[in-house]
Amino acid sequence: MNAGAKEFNEAARRNTADLRQHDRIQKALAGYYLKREDYQNRFPDWAGARDLAAEIKREAINHLDRYLDEFASRLEARGTKVFWAPDGQAARDYIVGVARQHKVRSIIKSKSMTAEEIHLNDALEQAGFEVVESDLGEYIVQLRREPPYHIVFPAMHLTRQQISDLFHDRLGSEPTNNPEDLTMIARRIMRRKYCEADLGISGANFAIAETGMISITENEGNARLTTSLPKIHVALVGIEKVLPKLSDLALFLPMLATAGAGQPITCYNTLYGGPRQPGESDGPEEFHVVLLDNRRTELLADAEQRDALHCIRCGACLNVCPVFKNIGGHSYGTTYQGPIGSVITPHLRGLQDWKHLSQASSLCGACSQTCPVKIDLHHHLLHNRRNAVRLRPAPMEKCLQAGLAFVMCRPRLYALAARLARIAQPLSRLVEGTVLDPLRAWTKTRSIPPMAVKSFHQLWQERKKS
Amino acid sequence: MTNREIILGRIREALKVVAPPPIFRNGAAGPSRLPAVPSLWLPPAGVTLGEQIELFRRNAEELTAGFFECANLSEAIQRVKELAVAGGWKKIGRHSGELTDALAQELGLPEVRTDGGYAVDDLESCDAGLTECEALVAQTGSVLVSAPSAGGRALSVLPPHHVVLARGSQMVPDLTAALQRVQKKFQDKFPSFLSFISGPSRTGDIERILVLGAHGPKKLTILLLP
Amino acid sequence: MRAPISARFTNKLNQSRRVKITLFIPCFVDQFYPQVGMSIVQVLERLGHSVDYPEAQTCCGQPAFNAGYWDEARAVAERQMTIFRDAEAVVIASGSCGAMVQVYYPELFRHHPREKEARTLAAKTFEFSDFLVSQLRVVDVGARFPGRATFHDGCHALRELGLKKPPRQLLQHVRGLELVEMPEAETCCGFGGTFAVKFPMISTAMGEVKCSSIADTGAEYVISNDSSCLMQIRGILDRQGRSTKTLHLAEVLAQT
Repeated sequence: MNAGAKEFNEAARRNTADLRQHDRIQKALAGYYLKREDYQNRFPDWAGARDLAAEIKREAINHLDRYLDEFASRLEARGTKVFWAPDGQAARDYIVGVARQHKVRSIIKSKSMTAEEIHLNDALEQAGFEVVESDLGEYIVQLRREPPYHIVFPAMHLTRQQISDLFHDRLGSEPTNNPEDLTMIARRIMRRKYCEADLGISGANFAIAETGMISITENEGNARLTTSLPKIHVALVGIEKVLPKLSDLALFLPMLATAGAGQPITCYNTLYGGPRQPGESDGPEEFHVVLLDNRRTELLADAEQRDALHCIRCGACLNVCPVFKNIGGHSYGTTYQGPIGSVITPHLRGLQDWKHLSQASSLCGACSQTCPVKIDLHHHLLHNRRNAVRLRPAPMEKCLQAGLAFVMCRPRLYALAARLARIAQPLSRLVEGTVLDPLRAWTKTRSIPPMAVKSFHQLWQERKKS
Repeated sequence: MTNREIILGRIREALKVVAPPPIFRNGAAGPSRLPAVPSLWLPPAGVTLGEQIELFRRNAEELTAGFFECANLSEAIQRVKELAVAGGWKKIGRHSGELTDALAQELGLPEVRTDGGYAVDDLESCDAGLTECEALVAQTGSVLVSAPSAGGRALSVLPPHHVVLARGSQMVPDLTAALQRVQKKFQDKFPSFLSFISGPSRTGDIERILVLGAHGPKKLTILLLP
Repeated sequence: MRAPISARFTNKLNQSRRVKITLFIPCFVDQFYPQVGMSIVQVLERLGHSVDYPEAQTCCGQPAFNAGYWDEARAVAERQMTIFRDAEAVVIASGSCGAMVQVYYPELFRHHPREKEARTLAAKTFEFSDFLVSQLRVVDVGARFPGRATFHDGCHALRELGLKKPPRQLLQHVRGLELVEMPEAETCCGFGGTFAVKFPMISTAMGEVKCSSIADTGAEYVISNDSSCLMQIRGILDRQGRSTKTLHLAEVLAQT
C-alpha cells in the first residue's frame, strides 16, 4: 500500500468515527436535498434536460480543438491576452509573471478549484505577493490554512462557533453566534480589498466558444467585484470548460444551480469577453485568460472515460455520495473530492498513486444517477480498478482472484471448498474478532452468518430424489 | 512549437480514438429523441406580457428582490423617493440614461456618475446604485445588465442597494430569449461585461444558513415602467 | 418496465399459463441463504410454473469483476453463459448478480467472440421481483405475512436495474403486512463486495446510518432483494443488539 493510500485510510478511519462531523454534514445537506428535489420537479423533463446537457458536452469535448481555438481567437479579437498552459507550472509562472510585470501589491481572488489544483496561491505567496480569497467559504479555509472541504461549499464542515473563534483569533473581531454578523465581518474586510487590489484572479465555470466569453456563476458577488475594480483580471480556465454556443447557457445555468446548490438559478451569472472596451465606464485595462491542460488531455485520450471531462463542477455527486458523507472532504487528500475526484485524480495525478480512491467505493451508483451531465461515474471507478490491475496487480490479490476463478470453474472443487469451509467455521468462531481471524476486517464490527447446513445445491438434489 | 500548438496537438492526438457511444439504460431516452425546443425541457415561462410580469413578480419575491409595476414615471419616482427615505440615502451612484436621468433629477441627491470614469472610493461610499438594464427574464426573475446599460461593471454590485429601471418592452420570457436578444442587439460587438442578476447577494457558506448581502448588494429593487 | 423476453414466452404464458424458469443461484445464496432460493422455487411453483436448476453453476464472476480482475471474471462468466445457453427465462436470486449479468456481461464481453451470447443472456435474465412483475405480470402471489416491515433498496437492483417499484408492488399485496418507508431506503448499506473488507470502517459507518434509519421506522422486519445487503445489515444489527429481523423478499412472498 503506498503512502497516499495509507494516509487515506488513516483519515477515513478518523473521520468516520467523528459522529459530530457526520451530523453537521447531514444537517448541511438536508436542506439541499429538499430544495433540489423541488426545483428539479419544476423542470418538465429533468431526464431530458440531462440527456441534452450530456449531448452538448459530448459535442464540445469531442471537438475540443476546434472550440478552444474559436474561443481563444474571439477573446483575442477583443484585446484579451490568451495564454495556453500545458501544465500547472506554466500557468503558475505566467500568472506570477503578470503580477511581477505590473508590480502588483495586492491580489484578490474569487473561487477557483482550478487554482487550488495548481496551488496557485502558494506560488504567488512564495513570490512575495499577498493573496486574499474573497469567497466567504474560501476565505474561512484560507484563514484556517486548510484546503476546501467540498468543491462548492468549502467550509461545510465548520460550525458558526468555530468560524467566530477563527475570526476572533485571526481578525480580532468580536465573538458572535450570528451567521449574518460573521458574514458582515468578512464583507467589511473584503470591500477594502476590492477597492485596493491591483490584480483580480478568477476561475470560470464555462468558456463560450461562439462569442469568446467566460461565464462565472456565484451567489456572493465577490467574483463580480474581483473582476470589476482591479486594473488587471486574470482568469484561469480548464480547457474542458468549453461550451459551443451562448444559448447553451440557458440550459446549463439552471441545471448547475439546481444540481449544485438546490437553487433555481444562482445569484450572479456573469459573462466576460474582454478588458474594458472603448466607451465602458470601468473594468480592467488588461484581461488575461490562462487555458490549462495539466493532463486533461490524458483523460481526453482515454476514450472510455472521456465523458469525465463533461464535469461542470456542480458538486452534486459529492452531496449524494455515502462515502463522502461519512469520510468528509479532507480525507481524499487531493483537490477534487467525492466521486468525480475519485474518477479523475488517477488521470491527473497518476493511477498507481491514486487508485485507492477508486477502490474506496461501494459502487452504489448514486453519483451517476444524479450527475446533470450523465457522466458514468461509478462505472469509471470500475474502469480505474481494471486499469490499475492491468498496470500492476497486487501479487497476493492476483493469486487469490486466480485461485477463486479456478475453483469457480470447477463445480466439484467448489463443492469441496464449501464443505471444507463448513468444517472450518466452528474453528473460526474461536478466533473471531481477534488478530488471528482472517476475516477480522468484517468481524471486528459485524457478526458473520453461519454457513447453511445444506447448500442450495444439496437441497435441490434432495428435492429431486423425493 | 508554441504552447498553443502543443495543447492543440495533444487534443487532436487524443481525439483520434472515437469515444464509445453513451450507454442509455432501462429504456432511458437517447438525445436523438429529444425535441430541440428548450421550452420543453426547461421550466416554463409565460406567453403574454401579463403572464410574464406575473411570473417575474413571483420569482422576484422568492428571491427577496423588490418589484414594483409603475403606471408611469412619476409613480416610479415616488417609489424611489420612499426607498431613499427608508434607506437614509445620502449619496447615490448612477449612469446616464433616459430613465436614470429623469429619476436622478427628481431625487436631487448628491450623486456619483460612472460615465467617463469615477473614483472607486466615491462609488464605494454611495448608498444606492441606479441603473437601467438589457432585459428582465420572467422565467427566473433575473435582470440582465451589461456595461453600457448599467454604467459599467461595479455600479450594479458595489453600492449596498441596487435599483433597476426597466420598460415592459424589455421583458423576455426566458434565458434563451434574453441571450438571443443580446446576440441580435450586439452582433459581433459585444460589451466586455454582461450579467444575469437574480436577487440580492447571498451566501450559505456558514452552516448552509442563508444570509443576504454577502459582498454584493443586500437589497435589489426592480421598477417596471410601461 | 422491461419488455417481454420473447413472443414465444408470452404466447406460452397466455395459452398454457405455464412456463419453464431456470434458476441462477449466486454463490453466497447457495452457501449462506439457500432458503432464499427455495422460497423462489416455492413461489414460482405456487404460480403454476416449472423450475429448473442447472447444477453445474457456481458464481457469476462479480467478485473478480469488481476488483478489476476482468480476465478472471470472464473465465467464470464464460462458463455460466454456456450453462444457461438453452434457458428461456433466467431468474436470479440477487440484485447485484442480476446487474452483473444484465448490465456488465455485455461490457465484459465487448469485442469478444462471445459478445452476442452475453447480450442474449443479459436480455433473458431477470431479478426475481422484476420477473414476477414484468414477465409473469403478477403482483399478488397469494402471500400472507403479518408484521411491520421496511424495505431496503439494494443499489444494483435500484440503480442498475431500475427496480424501485416491483418489490413494493409485490409487498403491497402481502396480506397482513404493513410496509413503512425509511428515509434512507435508497442509501447504500455499505456492503459493496470486497469494499466491505478493504475499507471496513467506511463500510461499517455506512451500515450504521442504514441501521439507524431502520430503527427509526420501528419496523420488526427489514426486507430486501439482495442477500449481500442483508448480510451487512444483519451483521451490524447483531452487534447493536437490535432485534429487527432481516428477510429476503422471496422469503416473505413464500409465506402463506
